[in-house]
Amino acid sequence: MEIPTIVGAGLIVIGAGLGIGKIGGSAMDAIARQPEASGKIQTAMLIAAALIEGIGFAALFAA
Amino acid sequence: MRRKMSLKPITLLLFLSTFFSFGQDEVEHVEVKTDKKTEIKEYIQHHLKDTYDFSLFSYETESGETKHVGFPLPVILWDNGLKVFSSSKLHHGEAVAEVDGNFYKSDHGKIYKTDASGTMNYDEHHHATNHKPLDFSITKNVFTIFAIGLLMFVMFSSMAKKYKKGNGVPSGVGRFLEPIVLYIRDDIAIPNIGKKHYKRYMSFLLTVFFFIWIINLLGLTPLGVNVTNNIAVTLALALLTYLITTFTANKSYWGHIFWMPGVPWPMKIILAPIELLGTVIKPFSLLIRLYANITAGHIVLMSIIGLMFIFKNWLGSSLSFGLAFALSLLELLVAALQAYIFTMLSALYFGSAVEEHHYSDH
Repeated sequence: MEIPTIVGAGLIVIGAGLGIGKIGGSAMDAIARQPEASGKIQTAMLIAAALIEGIGFAALFAA
Repeated sequence: MRRKMSLKPITLLLFLSTFFSFGQDEVEHVEVKTDKKTEIKEYIQHHLKDTYDFSLFSYETESGETKHVGFPLPVILWDNGLKVFSSSKLHHGEAVAEVDGNFYKSDHGKIYKTDASGTMNYDEHHHATNHKPLDFSITKNVFTIFAIGLLMFVMFSSMAKKYKKGNGVPSGVGRFLEPIVLYIRDDIAIPNIGKKHYKRYMSFLLTVFFFIWIINLLGLTPLGVNVTNNIAVTLALALLTYLITTFTANKSYWGHIFWMPGVPWPMKIILAPIELLGTVIKPFSLLIRLYANITAGHIVLMSIIGLMFIFKNWLGSSLSFGLAFALSLLELLVAALQAYIFTMLSALYFGSAVEEHHYSDH
């Protein structure tokens, strides 16, 4: 029973990491394109990252 | 010449780390009876729990008895009448405390009623079946929350007084805190809630931000307090957000939950329970996020420090030291970030509660 839980936790981390990485990358692109809007982009990025993180943690607790 | 100079601190560090790991070896020979790995695991689990006394650290004397350094806190129980006694009577769960002919013992961080010899009964799942009195004790977490509340009250009321005296010119700690307060107002409250309503929520947002921030920072000090690791604390914080959202919401907020405008009517029936569930899930995610982030940080940090005692050589120790240092810096960031996220999302939920929609006919 030990191994499937750990595999599940790993899958969750991969998924959450990919999601947050995508958000961070897109935010970088957006800031490079429009540096004057970096404050707003950062806020939106943090909110989206926090939401993904929340789901990731919920899944980790279930695993 | 230059190269020689730069090598010196490194050799010194290496020398020191070998010295320390030798010291560790000597300690190791005394207590081989328990496995190091399980001991570290138990220590971390113990650290994540709330305790009845404020113990800073414990050590073993030469005669083999464990000494705890710290101070006791009051235990308050409701068990057919109020029972108040000092937690020093419990002796860190090792002794039975007698109060007015009743006997109490703490087992895995909870107080149970026992007989004079302190027998505990367990069911097949290893849960204690003894009677559990209602517990209002001033535990370590409660004590820390009180201390932080007092600190914040003194800090901010003296700050406000200085503003009155100095015609709005900050001084002292206000110089450091003013930009943060302004940031919360101008970048969190106003854009999310709107200019019309934001003032009602400012006091809550500021309190919650500074409370979480200070409490997270305290968790990184060697005092060993970890209040936001306690799911009950984050639950209380998220519950406040939920209650404020629910009780200050306007007609349009409830309209969007029970009868979503602009969608066909079969969809409205499907959407109503989903939206209603969403109002609970939003604060629930707040509480899980804060709790899980801080708990995960503490577990990882303590495990890395624990590696030092498993490797027991200079390479492992210096590696663990470097990792722990880097992770502590990251945790400093996380402490502020979690406070920011909590405040930000609370403001977002408040904003959705007071938002006024203007529909054009389409």
